[in-house]
Parts: sequence; structure tokens; C-alpha cells
Amino acid sequence: MPGTIQSIERAAAVLRVLGAADRSLGLHELATALNLPRPTTHGIVRTLYAVGLVDQEAESTRYLLGAGLLRLHRGIDRHDLRAAAMNWADALAGSTGFEVVLGVSDHRAVQLVHHVFRPDGSPQQVRTGLALPLHATAVGKCLLAFAPTATPPLGELALAQWTGSTCTDTATLDEHLTVARQRGWTTSVGEYESGTGGAAAPLRSGGGLVVGALGILGPTEELFGSSGRLRPRLADELLAAAGAIGHGLST
Amino acid sequence: MTERVIAAIDQGTGSTRCLLFNHSGRMLGVGQREHRQFHSRPGYAEHDAAEIWRNVLRVVPEALRAAGLTPADIVAVGIANQRETTVVWDRHTGRPLAKAITWQDTRTAGVVADLAHAAPEITAVSGLPMASYFAAPRLHWLLDEVTGLRAAAVAGDALFGTMESWLIWNLTGGVNGGRHVTDVTNASRTMLMDLTTLSWSDKLLEIFDIPRRMLPEIRGNAETYGTCVGVLPGVPVAGALGDQQAALVGQACFSPGEIKCTYGTGAFLLMNTGAILPSSTHGLIPTVGYLFGDAPVYALEGAIAVTGSLVQWLRDSLGMIPTAAQIETLASTVPDNGGCYIVPAFSGLYSPHWHPDARGVMVGLTSFIGRGHVARAVLEATGWQTREVVEAMNADSGVPVERLKVDGGMTANNLLMQFIADVLDVPVERPLGSEAVSLGAAYAAGLAVGYWPEIEVLRANWHRAAVWEPAMDPAVRIRERENWGRAVDRSYGWAPPEH
Repeated sequence: MPGTIQSIERAAAVLRVLGAADRSLGLHELATALNLPRPTTHGIVRTLYAVGLVDQEAESTRYLLGAGLLRLHRGIDRHDLRAAAMNWADALAGSTGFEVVLGVSDHRAVQLVHHVFRPDGSPQQVRTGLALPLHATAVGKCLLAFAPTATPPLGELALAQWTGSTCTDTATLDEHLTVARQRGWTTSVGEYESGTGGAAAPLRSGGGLVVGALGILGPTEELFGSSGRLRPRLADELLAAAGAIGHGLST
Repeated sequence: MTERVIAAIDQGTGSTRCLLFNHSGRMLGVGQREHRQFHSRPGYAEHDAAEIWRNVLRVVPEALRAAGLTPADIVAVGIANQRETTVVWDRHTGRPLAKAITWQDTRTAGVVADLAHAAPEITAVSGLPMASYFAAPRLHWLLDEVTGLRAAAVAGDALFGTMESWLIWNLTGGVNGGRHVTDVTNASRTMLMDLTTLSWSDKLLEIFDIPRRMLPEIRGNAETYGTCVGVLPGVPVAGALGDQQAALVGQACFSPGEIKCTYGTGAFLLMNTGAILPSSTHGLIPTVGYLFGDAPVYALEGAIAVTGSLVQWLRDSLGMIPTAAQIETLASTVPDNGGCYIVPAFSGLYSPHWHPDARGVMVGLTSFIGRGHVARAVLEATGWQTREVVEAMNADSGVPVERLKVDGGMTANNLLMQFIADVLDVPVERPLGSEAVSLGAAYAAGLAVGYWPEIEVLRANWHRAAVWEPAMDPAVRIRERENWGRAVDRSYGWAPPEH
């Protein structure tokens, strides 16, 4: 067994000290309680603050346990995610000319938490709130590939056949996800609706945690061309937008 | 070679931002700083104008850095600003002579009550209902309360402006020859401008006892006011609009009858009425939409004081939600309001009621009501207030509103947007890029310098990003509308009279 990591032990000690105190604590008090130099204590407590496990009083600048500790079991709020993603999702729709969706894992499906129309004025309906199959959509497969602990094991999924192209075989799906993990995005080529394709990239918040999937949707020939591969410019735009949203979530 | 861009400075109630836009109206970079809100007494809401100017000096380079551009890439700069906020400053030192009194501040209720006898004349000339919402009562109050201000104003040493005047003066050199100008849209909200001639009214200056020397020159919305010194050196300041009129332009509402609503701290619905100066018998405000060239385009406005700020109140004062976006999470835990209604008359009610004596009420409470119902009532308050303003628009114009373009931060709330479509019974549509205010300021500056040749080009930049279609049972709509009306009745007359 490898040795324990000292800074994590110290971070846990900071949380325990704050949890046991009946009031908020100043930096000096924390450093004294842990018998650590002030700069070391400051580094630890500021990191805990940045990830939301410690809060700071606005007036006194003293520290207390963060509200984020109570929400550890819940994950990121989907409406916070939408608010953080909205400008970038609009920009992605504008630069690519495709529909944009944002999906999170929910009850063995991918739920769309945001939807931007294809900006061509064509009649479309808001699909926010819709649940789609994990195995047949690009955003769904993105969650399967990059957020495996937030989605059911592949073997437990009912791989319903939506079109002639839907992957209904666990081994083939697993291979597809392995390839996707290596290149950084997933695709769907007419697997849910004939003629409609998609590509999706993971949204990573602080520490690399995947909190959702950002996808573009459109006619398969426009997305993939004759080569059958996602057009490189689209992949770049998608990854850049996903990166920008993730950066916003981490700060 | 990189594409040159237009910079927009959006000086809002909560923050100051700089956004950069290209020819297709795409946002390439943004810088943002919040400023302090001073609430030293009940009813007071102030900003430090010097802090806001310092923030401008920070957000402009931030936006350039974010976009990887330099000042040489900027063709022109336009300004959109919180309206009715009143600044007075010393032309020799460049220092504000008092805290800026914001549009939310209600301290001038007494001034307004004292001048009640002149209200019909004030409304006839300015188009505005007599209310503490506008700048003139604030300037009157400042001239009475700030030691030496009146003498300095008469001597030409003290200047008045709304936020765009303050920023243009500073951008163009400040104490070293800064241009002291305003634009027609902001001037139309001072309660000192004649809405027909678009010039300062001697009659109104007399009623409010304002020395003319302290007023800025009134200019159009798309013309070069001066050239930047310091930040963005050499770049023309070529556009200025009040934020709500800027959103009308940013949403490309260039034809009579086109209508938009911006959901921010408050919500503001503006309908383009073309060359016709509208009048309202239903509590709306006739205002200047924009002046590009020689002929003004007018607008009819419904102003709602509290929408997004009610969500912030739930977050900051009640601590019921950790972030504004999570109001939707909490509201989604229940299927309906459970019979609870909130009328957020925190500073009285604006359009269409104009009841300064109203205060906020929460009604319909039973032991059944939980946090989710309160969250839903908070969102529904924004929907019903929108409905009241649309009803007034329909009554004033005689032509029913057929669809509503929306923008602003609250358009991220899907539950709210669907509710607005449901209660209005018309489709609600959101454009790609919800930064209509900043985009409108950029459009004005870009039109002035020929970056865009004409407004038809701008119309092509508008793309639909979402439409919410009405889906509410008509019987429910009628019942809930009645309940809302009864709740509003209960908010009246709560504030003690001024005299």
C-alpha cells in the first residue's frame, strides 16, 4: 500500500477543526490548532475554499465549514450548469451552425438540461427536459465513456434498437467508448433518428470531474461528410467550447 | 490579419462589463467587474461613480486580453448604461460630489409629493409619470442637500449627468477637455427633456429648480461624441443608449410593433412605435427608442422594478438558495404555487400601476406552503408582472402583442420562460447570444462609424435560439390571473404617507 498523502491528511484535519469549533475560525487559530506554519495552513484552507468545502465570512474573513460539504452527495446543480454553459453554447451554435444540447445523467438516461436551436430560422421545438437513451445518442455515449460512475454499467443497459444503425451489442458499444475516450469525444451517426447525427465532449469541472456532456446535432452528412469522420473544425470548436465551460465551472 | 471589432461598455446596476463584437454580432471577449451597492438607509441605493470609472479602466483591457486583441483592433466604442442613475461631479477635479443615486433609490418620494401640483405639466412635457424613479427629483434633492452644490452648479463648476455622461466625459479626457454630453434616450428619462423637441425644457428646469449650466448637451445615439484618451487611445466614442433602448436595438426591433423584454434586476418591455410619439392611458411610459440620423424612433415602455432582484433577495437575504440559477431547482420540486403569491413591490409598483405606496406582500399562506411553492411564486411574479404590462400595451396600441423577444440573465431559466409564454398566451423567443444590451451599444457605435452600413444588415444578425410555446389550460390562466390581481390589490397603501 502506498503511503498516505500529507496534504490530504492536513486538509482533513482543517475540516475536523472547523467542524468541531462552535464558531468561525481565523487563519491564526487554524494554524495554532494544527501546529502548522501560517503559509502552509493558508494554502490548504484557500484550496478547500476554492473547491467549496470551506466558506469564509464576508465581514470577518474567518473560516467555517462550507455548504459544499452538504451537497457532496448531490453533484453539480443542473441549472447552475446551464447558467454557466449558456453563453458558450450559444457561441458554439453560432460558429458551427448546428443545434447544441447539454446533457446530464439521470435515471438511466441522458436528460437534456439545455437546448439551443440550429440558428437557421427553421421551425424547431425546445427539447430541454427531454430524456434520451444513453447508448444511442452522442451526449449519452459521452456520459457512458467519461462519467462511468454516474451512469449504469453497460451490461445493465437495455440496448433498445431505435434505428438500423443503433448499437445493440454491449461489446461493440464498449469498443466505441474506448475509442472515444482516446480521442476525447463521442459521435452518433443516425443511431437514434435516421439521418441525424451528433458529437459530444465531456464537461470537466475542478479536478477533472465530468459533470455533463456538450453536444452538437445535425444532418449526418453535414457533420461527418463523405469520410464518415467528424469534420476536424467541428471537433475543435466542440472541444474548445467544452473546455471554456469547464474552466468557468472550476473558478 | 485579425478582424477589427466594436467595443461595448455595459454599465449596469450590478456590474460594469466590456464586450467585443465582430461584424456578425458574435461576442469575442468580455471583461467584467462588480461594484459595491450602498444601502446606508432604508430606501437608499447608491453607487460610487469613481469606483465604476476605475472598473471601466480594468474591464476594457480584460476584454481585449480575453479576445487576444489590442486597442488598435477597436474601431469604435459604444455605451449602454443603467438609466436614471444620477451623478454630480466637479469639472476641475473630476471627483464625484456625492454618491450616485441609482434608479432603485426611493428617497425622493418627498420631493415627488411636494411637486404633485405640477405633475400634469411634468407628464405633458416629459411623457413620464410623476415618480421617484426618474433623475430630476434626485438632482433636485442633491442640489438641496449637498453643501455648495447649487452654487457650484450655477458657477459652472459642477456637472450633472446620468452614467453615460460620466463615462463619456472621463473617456474623452475628463478634466482635460472631456466632452459633457448625453444621448436622447438617457435624457428622455431625466424628466427634464421635452419629448417632442428632444431638448431640455425650460419649464421643467424651472419646476425642479435645476441650473441649466450643469446639464450635458443632448445628442443622437449613433454619432461620434469625442475620442478616447488613455484607455483605447484614439478610438471614437460613437454610441450611447440607455440599457433598455440598447436592448431594443440589439434585438433588432427596428419595425413598429416589434417588442422585446429584458429580464435583469428589473424587467423592461419596449415596443417600437416608429415615428409616432405614443401616449399611454394604461400606465406605460412613452420614451425615445433611438435616434440614428435625424428622425427619432419612439417606443412605449413598461417598466417592472423587481424581477431578478427578487431571486437575489431569496438567495442573499433569505438564504433559501445558494445560487440564482437554483431557484429553478427548488421551484421544480412542486407542480404549482400551492396557492402562494408574492407581489415584489419593494420600491412601490411601477408599470402599469404606479403605486409608490405599495410594498411587497406574500399571500395565500397555509401550512401546506413550503419552500418550493415560495420559489415558484417568486418566478411567477415575474410572469404576471410581464402579463400586466403586455395587457397595458395591447390596450394602448389596440393591436395585440403576437410574440415576445426576450433577453437577459433570467432567460437561462427554462421554467420561467415557459411560464411567461403560458401566461401571455403568445410564443416567447430568445435570440442566440442573450447580450442584447451590449450588442445594441455596439450596433449604435458601429453604425456611426460605418462599420455596419445600415440597420437592415443588423437584422440579419438576429438568430432564434429558442421558442417557448404557450401550453397552459385557458381556465387555469384565467383563474391564476384573477388570483394575481387580488394579490396586487393587497400590496397597495402599505407604505406610510410622506406627509
